[in-house]
Amino acid sequence: MTGRTTAARSAIEAGRARRKILHSPWLYVAPALILLITFTYVPVGNMIWYSFHKWDGLDVTMDPVGLDNYVRVFTDEQYWRVFLISLYYFVASFAQIAIALYFAVVLSFNTRFRNLFKGILFFPYLLNGVAVGFVFLYLFQPDGTLDTLMRVLGLGEHTQLWLGDPDIANISLAGTSVWRFTGLNFVLFLGAIQSIPGEIYEAAEIDGANRWHQFRHIIAPGIRRIISLSFILAISGSLSVFEIPFIMTGGANGTRTFVVQAYQTAFQFRQIGLASAMAVVLLLIVLLITWLQRRFLPDDEVSLS
Amino acid sequence: MINRRTLLGLGALTALALTAGCTGGASDDTASTGDFSGDIKGAITVLTNRTDLVNTTLPEYAKKFEAKYPGTKVTFQGVTNYDDDVTTQLSSGDYGDVLMVPNPVAIDQYSQFFEPLGTQEELKAKYRFLSPATYEGKVYALSVGGVAKGFVINKRIWAQAGITAPPKTPEEFLAGLKAVDAKTDAVPYYTNYKDGWPLAEWNTHRAILGDPAINDKFPADPSPWQPGKIQYIEDSLLFDIVHAKLSEKDPLTTNWESSKPMIATGKVATMLLGSWAVPQMQDAAKAAGADPADIAFWPFPYQTGGKFHANIDGDKLAAVSKNSKNKATAKAWLDFFVNESGFSTDQQAIPPAIDQPLPKGLQEFTATGVELVETPAATTNSGKEDEIIKESEIDLKGPIYRQKMVDVARGAAKGDKDSFFADLNQRWNKAQAQVMK
Repeated sequence: MTGRTTAARSAIEAGRARRKILHSPWLYVAPALILLITFTYVPVGNMIWYSFHKWDGLDVTMDPVGLDNYVRVFTDEQYWRVFLISLYYFVASFAQIAIALYFAVVLSFNTRFRNLFKGILFFPYLLNGVAVGFVFLYLFQPDGTLDTLMRVLGLGEHTQLWLGDPDIANISLAGTSVWRFTGLNFVLFLGAIQSIPGEIYEAAEIDGANRWHQFRHIIAPGIRRIISLSFILAISGSLSVFEIPFIMTGGANGTRTFVVQAYQTAFQFRQIGLASAMAVVLLLIVLLITWLQRRFLPDDEVSLS
Repeated sequence: MINRRTLLGLGALTALALTAGCTGGASDDTASTGDFSGDIKGAITVLTNRTDLVNTTLPEYAKKFEAKYPGTKVTFQGVTNYDDDVTTQLSSGDYGDVLMVPNPVAIDQYSQFFEPLGTQEELKAKYRFLSPATYEGKVYALSVGGVAKGFVINKRIWAQAGITAPPKTPEEFLAGLKAVDAKTDAVPYYTNYKDGWPLAEWNTHRAILGDPAINDKFPADPSPWQPGKIQYIEDSLLFDIVHAKLSEKDPLTTNWESSKPMIATGKVATMLLGSWAVPQMQDAAKAAGADPADIAFWPFPYQTGGKFHANIDGDKLAAVSKNSKNKATAKAWLDFFVNESGFSTDQQAIPPAIDQPLPKGLQEFTATGVELVETPAATTNSGKEDEIIKESEIDLKGPIYRQKMVDVARGAAKGDKDSFFADLNQRWNKAQAQVMK
């Protein structure tokens, strides 16, 4: 008898446990967690591990070298100087955010052909980065599309070696990057603006507010979070610019960004350890900047009243 | 500008590379030849970089092979980004039965991935280009065909400038380019800066000194960019060409594919390449309606003992995978491909087997009194040069520092020839001291 009751009890308990598992949130989170850990945290862990070794990516053995790789990243001018190139892209990202914000505001009101314009603005972001690189390579060629266009406009004497002149090359590349990523900022802003209830504009209009007043007092505060997010993304994005300079100039002519340098260190010079240290440094810098920004721009509640 | 995925991508790639590194498996066998016993039968897979031939010429060779050895089956796998992709694949342990050796694999790692084919002593009577595949006396791969190094030129344009014989010194060569610039509309020299790899051709002329020990002496030298030394001779000529504005106006927008019709039709007069480029340029000439006979091949303008020397190199190496399940057939295919398939003749390459004749284009080249020299690989300092390259990040075999040099020469980056070469010497010296200690 006792045996049977124990068995029955344990069966009930097992059922309960099973139900518990089924009701546990972990079961539902598991697929996402497994993917996240396998494809994000394990590689990052590996990368940190490599960064303390000297390894060519092939050899069976890795030589531990302690902090040598990090010392080299910070002391050898060749590695930290490439960070300066990010400034071009950082400055350009202000233009990018301003353009995106302007169009998002204009197109959130009833403008003629506004869906067409939305499509046109978002289109570059959908293009493959490699394709963008090739398109702009032709655009910037001597006597290419840009030069021809300028000549038609009577600006013939202002044509340049857009990529060949080192003073201009980075600006050309940053311009390409603005062209490509404005669409993303635009869509983020547009979505945020459209989440502001329409009655508020109506009330504002009755109070005699013009478009500028509406932007200044309704839209800008309403999408402040998105704007601040855009700046965080702009900083981390400009530190990790890769495909546009990589495809268009291969990092030559003073356009080598930090990630292009890391790529060359890893795959051209097979110094996986050193390149991992560079990647870790980049990761830490991005984390630090995000944290600072959060400290100085606290994420307070938006209120439109 | 939002590009966090790049970082993750690098991490994931590195992770892949890691798993590969762990499964590579070290070799400890001491036999000079791999075990190729067994019947020549069954299927093998061949990895190749020649994606252009994978559906055309290569299956024809396979058909001949299958007729010679009934019961065999050869499948090809064309890999576009060969060096990077196959290097990653190597660590997975599964990389076909026969494959081209990817460039990033260092010579001392060959035994981890490839089956030894024999000792250099045994094979050198039969094959050229063994040294780049030999480590500690054992040969791990065979060249599939060799090329000579020199300038591909448009004969018609040079003749218009009044020059019909190859210049004998760098100064004469520069004067020749200046004459081309003055007397024709052609761009005298085309760097192919943007694609990068053609700049690496400037590293392949060590034979001009006629010194068989050069590859051993090179890593022993703490400052190779000193006047009179080989690195100075080569890089200096490129620097001077660009500095005298004898190269294309905007190097950043060059394009390899479009450079072929340009030299074929005479818009460009000169490019430094290998003899493999001659048939390609001639094809481009035919396609553009120009005369293929305009394309000629000249040696590097430097003479030792009153004679031109031109480097010849095994272009790509082919090896048998250590993890192959069918090594007998793999070896048989490799032998057949190198000796009997006719691949090197079809490609106008120098045949790897010593007893086969030179291609027609190169016969003309040697007829002008150029001696073809195969520079032996380093023995006592074997592998040291690669280590210094990695450590100093001066890619002698690649385009990165030469692009910078072109920038300096055309006034787009700070410095002049002396300061640039001094900087190279200093960086090289630092790494060299570490590697050679």
